[in-house]
Amino acid sequence: MSQPDAGPTGADTFPRLLLHHAEVRGGRTAIREKDLGIWLSWTWSQVADEVRAAACGLAALGFRRGMTLGIVGDNRPRLYWSMMAAQALGGIPVPLYQDAPAQEMRFVLDNAEIAFAVVEDQEQVDKLLEILPDAPRLSKIIFDDPRGLRNYPNPEILSFEKLQELGRRFDAENPGFFQRELELGRPDDISVMLYTSGTTGSPKGVCHTHHSLMSAAKGDIAFDGFDEHDEVLSYLPMAWVGDHLFSHAQALVAGFCVNCPESSETVMTDLREIGPTYYFAPPRVFENLLTQVMIRMDDAAAPKRRLFHYFMGVAKRHGAKIMDGRASEVPLSGRLLYALGTLLVYGPLRNVLGMSRIRVAYTGGAAIGPDLFEFYRSIGINLKQLYGQTETGVYVCKQPSGNVKLDTVGTPLPGVEIRIADNGEIQVKTPGMLKEYYKRPDATAESITPDGWFMTGDAGFLDPEGQLKIIDRAKDVGKLADGTLFAPQYIENKLKFFPHVKEAVAFGQGRDQVCVFINIDLVSVGNWAEKRGLAYTGYVDLSQKPEVYALIQECVEKVNADLAADPHLSGSQIRRFLVLPKELDADDGELTRTRKVRRGFIAERYSVLVDSLFDGRTHQEIDAQVKFEDGRTSTIRADVQIRDAAVTAPARKAA
Amino acid sequence: MSEPASHEHNPGRRIGGTLLSVDNISLAFGGVKALTDISFDVREHEIRAIIGPNGAGKSSMLNCINGVYTPQQGRIRFDGQEFQRMDPHKAASMGIARTFQNIALFKGMSVLDNIMTGRMLKMRTNLFLQALYVGPNRREELEHRRHVEHIIDFLQIESVRKTPVGRLPYGVQKRVELGRALAAEPRLLLLDEPMAGMNIEEKQDMCRFVLDVNDEFGTTIVLIEHDMGVVMDISDRVVVLDYGKKIGDGTPGEVRANKAVIDAYLGVAH
Repeated sequence: MSQPDAGPTGADTFPRLLLHHAEVRGGRTAIREKDLGIWLSWTWSQVADEVRAAACGLAALGFRRGMTLGIVGDNRPRLYWSMMAAQALGGIPVPLYQDAPAQEMRFVLDNAEIAFAVVEDQEQVDKLLEILPDAPRLSKIIFDDPRGLRNYPNPEILSFEKLQELGRRFDAENPGFFQRELELGRPDDISVMLYTSGTTGSPKGVCHTHHSLMSAAKGDIAFDGFDEHDEVLSYLPMAWVGDHLFSHAQALVAGFCVNCPESSETVMTDLREIGPTYYFAPPRVFENLLTQVMIRMDDAAAPKRRLFHYFMGVAKRHGAKIMDGRASEVPLSGRLLYALGTLLVYGPLRNVLGMSRIRVAYTGGAAIGPDLFEFYRSIGINLKQLYGQTETGVYVCKQPSGNVKLDTVGTPLPGVEIRIADNGEIQVKTPGMLKEYYKRPDATAESITPDGWFMTGDAGFLDPEGQLKIIDRAKDVGKLADGTLFAPQYIENKLKFFPHVKEAVAFGQGRDQVCVFINIDLVSVGNWAEKRGLAYTGYVDLSQKPEVYALIQECVEKVNADLAADPHLSGSQIRRFLVLPKELDADDGELTRTRKVRRGFIAERYSVLVDSLFDGRTHQEIDAQVKFEDGRTSTIRADVQIRDAAVTAPARKAA
Repeated sequence: MSEPASHEHNPGRRIGGTLLSVDNISLAFGGVKALTDISFDVREHEIRAIIGPNGAGKSSMLNCINGVYTPQQGRIRFDGQEFQRMDPHKAASMGIARTFQNIALFKGMSVLDNIMTGRMLKMRTNLFLQALYVGPNRREELEHRRHVEHIIDFLQIESVRKTPVGRLPYGVQKRVELGRALAAEPRLLLLDEPMAGMNIEEKQDMCRFVLDVNDEFGTTIVLIEHDMGVVMDISDRVVVLDYGKKIGDGTPGEVRANKAVIDAYLGVAH
């Protein structure tokens, strides 16, 4: 699988694949977008025409081989076409996170030497115009949605229509141009640059080649058997490797249809209307869906509620086995009940979730809670985990259908080799390996060993069955002062599995005990408080209620009981905790754009709180800064309570 | 969301001749003089603000313009025609639409249906034919629906298209109300405190919508607003009322420098 098969047309770059599809399945739908309440579709041959016009337009404006094209916005067909257009000219598309403030974008614009950008709308145009004085290279901004932009005097901006119009004229004047450019493309050209979210230091541009992403896509498609009949909904940020892989690379390799939602708020409705067959979401999306279902169920009439809970019990007992193809282990009565449950509960529920047609759903990027994972599988959704990172083209491990083990991320994919370094770090060789970090030979050398292994930075091991289990980030796995193993992310994830806990940050490296910050989930805890008639004014107030502390304490102590069962980790039970009065937020730099906690930054920012956790105080006053989306700041002042948590005695070894 | 695009830098927007003029309007309820001898004009494509302390007569002024109240004295000229008295139906059919200080939507109906009601005056076929949904009625319905969808897209309320209005948060309801007014394709849009009770972010959104409406559709807008920042940012000219009398009229800069206005807002030592 490491060698992408060239195919009859020699389609070894993405633009060639596009033309290949236009030829062999020109009439099939390639992409859809919901606009003004109606799903519009484009066939493969139409997409090829649109891309050709956009590519020629870029060329007419002076875009040349090797240049970078910035892409900013929600998932829109024209932005995907721009990506393909840049690739057709031998350029490199660089998708940026659309919700990043202007100043964060500036770094990438500058680092990637972006001179041309295709953006979604006025909001993004405004952002780019704001940083224009500091980004002298940026010369053209092409926008998709003209609303509000008609009267901008800036000479740098033009509409996508105008771009294509220029392109069609250019194409007519230079008939062989597009084909020539296409033929110049090589499989080992860089096909895309994806910036890592920058958990540590400034973002780095990960350069992938046509060959690497195509290999990864082919491997994935063979593994799960995707083909032109599949449908995906692309709603995750285009700058994220996952979306690039699903909505661009895999769609182009398999020839399946990509659906763009109407807006980011309508994703749920659009999901239901499209009914994708293949779906990816990070755990938090699955969690939000489940929370919504549970809240709605709590409000339902009593008979419905009872019916739901009864059949969820049935699903819990038998669903997973039936999903794994081990129906023979389920008694006949169980199978009959499950069938009835499918009719009455699971089927309708899958439909409400927009998952009726799903053949394979994936989650990854963060640990998923056991209850959550089981829930989806038990109602008949083939949810699986995968493991990989931007640098490996998300092509490392996947759980195979029929052999899903909850606490692992599955077996290495075809063509992937895995080894565990002495410090416990997972290292991989994969066909989806990055070429390099852009302009960062130092970082490239730090991440790839001389003998060609990519250092994932994750700690874990292969279990006897050959499935990979991840514990934590290798550099985060630390020790308490007495030498006890301390895996902060492992503890945080266990806490986050409770619906009431939105984020958790564990501290303990080099200390005598483990303490945590908790962020409550406003929806879930708010609803809980409402049910109890507990009045609160807002997030800060709710977070400091003694009742809420008692609720969280229960969660913490359950985690402790869980940790106690593991001989390696029983020493790192949580002794003290506090509930932060402020939601951790990416705008304040506390989370990365992919919503991972930046532990070091948080420890520094809330050092007063960390200190009081460890020196035994019972409360501490704090001023926290909040940054609004428009850049203004304000302060939250609160007196934060600190509580002790009971620990569980370590489990005795069975005699 | 970044700051609303300041629209002074907007060379494409041309302010035309007088669309509406109000001459010497006086309105009294029994002994209470709500408005005394008010005159001002509104030019085509402009955003005109009416400001003033509570009870200054701002809403009464709007109510006179679209015919809810009949002033005892004075005349209103709209689009070259002069009226001693307007009535709401005539005002609507001439292209004057409005929103209310307290939201006046059909709470049990969906967003889509609420905005559709704004198309009422544009519907040509009768109720019985509409019920059949064939031929011309079908085409008409589709045409109206397309128009409404443009408004939904414009106001970014796609996600609540089919949600009953009563279930929506206040800020969104305000937006729906604006949508319904827009559905009538008005030439003159009267907004009665479109940003009252909103938080900063909702206000910013609403400002952007008001500017965009003015910009995209060329709609002339008269708005009442309390938030001085908002008024100064988005309006071309401002009328200031106090105790039913006009005490200032001019560009935001002029009004801000006007002594009488400062006194009315900040109070004076007596």
